[in-house]
Amino acid sequence: MPAAQAPAPQPHPPQAEAWDDHRIEVILGNLLRTGVLLSAAVVFAGGCIYLSRHAHEPANYRVFRGEPSDYRTIPGVIQSVMRGRGRGLIQLGLLLLIATPIARVAFSIVGFAIERDRLYVAFTLIVLAILLFSLLGSGMGV
Amino acid sequence: MTVLEFTAIVAIVSFVAGLLGSLTGLGGGVVLVPLLTILFHVDIRYAIGASLVSVIATSSGAAAAYVKEGFSNIRIGMFLEIATTAGALLGAFLATRIPTSALAIIFGAVLLYSAYLSRKPRPLDQRSLPPDPLATRLRLNGTFPDLEGKRSYNVQHVPTGFSLMFGAGALSGLLGIGSGAVKVLAMDQAMRIPFKVSTTTSNFMIGVTAAASAGVYLSRGYVDPGLAMPVMLGVLAGSLLGSRILVKAETKSLRLVFSLVILVLGLQMLYKGLWGKI
Repeated sequence: MPAAQAPAPQPHPPQAEAWDDHRIEVILGNLLRTGVLLSAAVVFAGGCIYLSRHAHEPANYRVFRGEPSDYRTIPGVIQSVMRGRGRGLIQLGLLLLIATPIARVAFSIVGFAIERDRLYVAFTLIVLAILLFSLLGSGMGV
Repeated sequence: MTVLEFTAIVAIVSFVAGLLGSLTGLGGGVVLVPLLTILFHVDIRYAIGASLVSVIATSSGAAAAYVKEGFSNIRIGMFLEIATTAGALLGAFLATRIPTSALAIIFGAVLLYSAYLSRKPRPLDQRSLPPDPLATRLRLNGTFPDLEGKRSYNVQHVPTGFSLMFGAGALSGLLGIGSGAVKVLAMDQAMRIPFKVSTTTSNFMIGVTAAASAGVYLSRGYVDPGLAMPVMLGVLAGSLLGSRILVKAETKSLRLVFSLVILVLGLQMLYKGLWGKI
């Protein structure tokens, strides 16, 4: 571990270190906001299409049926978007939403690597591995 | 009720839940699932799926505003996310194997516990705790802006906090909530992180935790687009507004109101679960 990475003596004087962390956080915060606003826009557009077609049908969520595969898997969602379905577009927006924090974690690896903080690069890789295992292991890709 | 009426009412309720959840740091999901199941008679599995995606939106949407204030601690967040994401994965797999009445009972218990915790006086921010060797090694200690300039803090009891966060993640995955209350408990009470740091850092972590279980929920068909749309958009708008007024707001009276709401919803969920009405 390089000397600059040694734990700071207490009470904590170095300003530069705090600044680097803060700058990474600002970038990550903006990344998250952009991702969320983008996904919200897609969900909103999908919602408008869905409501314009189904506004006067009765709403019923009392009975759980589970979603059809069109709305459960990534290929299914993409296909239903291609067919111009509002609900497919909503699911696409939700997929973007799920991807946003995953992108944040992936980007954090770069941030910690720039700071040469190997310990936190390792921690972040563990978190990313768990996230990817959840997505791929749950059968959403098929 | 038609789809249009249902969408509009759910969006308004979600907006209020997002606003209160953001202001109190307790999260909107914790009230959303009971509201959807009790008021709108939504099947609890659809409610959990919609709540979970709204939790991601809340967390990620508010992050930029929180970060600017300089309260959140990215290292505490990333370190504890190892525990919360592993827990969330376990919770999501359990959720698909547990009967809905049991889910309602667990949910009710969590709500009652959250209400109790939010009424307990939180420990005063202690100014001169000694540095903990493990926390120092993990570089968890930090500073945050205060009236008198920058204030530094030393994180305590790392293993206890880490274990509690695994539990918080499991509950998040099981119930589709942010588990804000357990997180604030772990970070405020065990790790002695100053309140504003723990609130904003836990907000940052909630989205990552929820993303770990969202894949499981989506692939099992728990996320209905027609329901998730008004919930996600409503909660997002509410929480964005809430994060703008967080720094100025007096959280004490707000927490009282919100914890009463949580108490009532908790009793309702227990009743419904125990009598098999869900």
